[in-house]
Amino acid sequence: MHIWQYILKRIVSIIPVLIGVTMLTFFLSHIIPGDPITLALGPTATKEQKAAFHKKMGMDKPLIIQYGIYLNQVLHGDLGVSLRTKGAVLEDLLAYFPATLELTIGAMIVCIFFGIYLGTISAVKKDKPVDHAVRVFSLIGVSMPIFWLGFMLLILFYGIFPILPGGGRLSSFVARPTPITGLYLLDSLLTGNWVAFKDSLWHIILPTFTLGFCYIALISRMTRSSMLEVLHQNYIRTAKTKGLSEKGVIRYHALRNSLIPVVTAGGILFAQLMSGTILTEITFSWPGIGLYAQQSIMYLDYNAIMGFVIVVALIYAVVNLVIDILYLIIDPRIKLH
Amino acid sequence: MWKEDVKPVLKEMRYSLHMIRQSPLTMIGIGIFLGIILVAIFAPYIAPYDPNEINPPALLQPPSQQHFFGTDEAGRDIFSRIVYGSRISLKAGFTITIIAMIVGSIIGIISAYVGGVLDSILMRIADIFLSFPWIVMAMAITAVLGRGITNTVIALSIVWWPIYARLIRSQALSIREMPYIEAIKALGASRLRRIFIHIFPNCMAPVLVQASLDVGGAIMWCAALSFIGLGAQPPAPEWGAMITIGSHYLRESWWYATFPGIMILVVVLGFNLLGDGLRDILDPNLRR
Repeated sequence: MHIWQYILKRIVSIIPVLIGVTMLTFFLSHIIPGDPITLALGPTATKEQKAAFHKKMGMDKPLIIQYGIYLNQVLHGDLGVSLRTKGAVLEDLLAYFPATLELTIGAMIVCIFFGIYLGTISAVKKDKPVDHAVRVFSLIGVSMPIFWLGFMLLILFYGIFPILPGGGRLSSFVARPTPITGLYLLDSLLTGNWVAFKDSLWHIILPTFTLGFCYIALISRMTRSSMLEVLHQNYIRTAKTKGLSEKGVIRYHALRNSLIPVVTAGGILFAQLMSGTILTEITFSWPGIGLYAQQSIMYLDYNAIMGFVIVVALIYAVVNLVIDILYLIIDPRIKLH
Repeated sequence: MWKEDVKPVLKEMRYSLHMIRQSPLTMIGIGIFLGIILVAIFAPYIAPYDPNEINPPALLQPPSQQHFFGTDEAGRDIFSRIVYGSRISLKAGFTITIIAMIVGSIIGIISAYVGGVLDSILMRIADIFLSFPWIVMAMAITAVLGRGITNTVIALSIVWWPIYARLIRSQALSIREMPYIEAIKALGASRLRRIFIHIFPNCMAPVLVQASLDVGGAIMWCAALSFIGLGAQPPAPEWGAMITIGSHYLRESWWYATFPGIMILVVVLGFNLLGDGLRDILDPNLRR
């Protein structure tokens, strides 16, 4: 099979997942016992106003037709209007998304770098004190509630030693950098706005580290076990007998091959990272889509919740696709089927 | 006669005990596991105060002889609340895992045995659940059902079963091809008998390992949903909810958010160690 055919097949396989997800959340959110209309219009609204609103939102039609209408809108990029912000859900999500992206990229850099580094050391020095230390560290990392870690860091670096800010993306006295990508760090760098750059850097340190920390543990565990397997392979022995140094063997022969399972698990990892991102955003009042979703849930804002779920599903599907393709590039031994 | 039958079983058990003793981390895991169950059972005897007793003169007191972990914004003793909170968390963790295990096992076995269209439909549904950040799904479901610990448990059970369905299905499919199943078939065992007496029990080892890891995970995600504001509602002494309120007093009362989190960390760590240990003990490749 040609690589393009494979990619096409993978793209097509996303469709049933997206339909399933939208159906599930749509039907779920229409058996809600709460009363979103009163919430949206306020307790003073008259019966007529409520009825008009009911009709305007299409709530008087049968569920299956409402779903059909909704799906049609989604396909045209219309995720409906948020009951809470009164804005289009898609625009809201797009406005909140760069913050999430910035946080996730930061955390991924942190956890991939430290995770692979620690996992490799742990495998090479198997059963030595370093290995035990790394393993205990990753066990604790896996068992720790991420939001609690965030609060502990805030107590330390905001409460006791007031070095870092207590939340948000920018201090209130700093003007936003001119938006180009929406990522404050990148935008301020591109426009040469050093004040904003420094301020947003200070703000992103704690959330990134918090989010990254719990996943360093996961990556280092995976890297360790796959590295151990690779180190037993014949080609490693050959490389050693050729007289290559220990470092050379690891860098040129072992590391690349040991990363294959880590990349494969990247999809699961990313899903977990998304979960962690939501919790981290709430912890640090980081204005990303996770915080937006939490606020929408508190308000029973179905359109926003559904929009959020669909956007997450889409991001997730695309990332998995990219990971599958990366997998093919890293390991040419994989057969397409 | 029966002695001869029991002998190999006893030998296996003695060997398992030996393996447990060899692994200090597993011992720690078992210790935490038994410890937290005892704390939950004997909560009224361990906690020095009523967890909901309001004591206005003693608001936000730091840890002291009277209040080991300090007091909260209503003067309630945080140590007592954490002790009682273990009941909520353990009950939730076990309920979610057991529901997920039962539902997932039934679906997995049906899928493996019926096969065909039903199998692909069930596994497609499982894939949809698995191919999605489950906290997002759990958030949406809890939002629909309404806030509260019961609905959190329902939501997490709904998103949790596919793991077991997949696990049991793949186990059952590989066991089905084993020679001893063929032998029992030749002896005339019915299909149901083969499934429930011969295949199902042999699928259980990885399921038990997964379950012991999942109790910890379920406790953690319950706390997370409570933290978001969807799970247990204050003044229930749930650990995640306590951290949320404690976070409003981070700068002046560090102990409030700190201790419930340490408790979650210790309990989840215990279940993780237990699961890792069980995996090593039950894995036939590592035995002898």
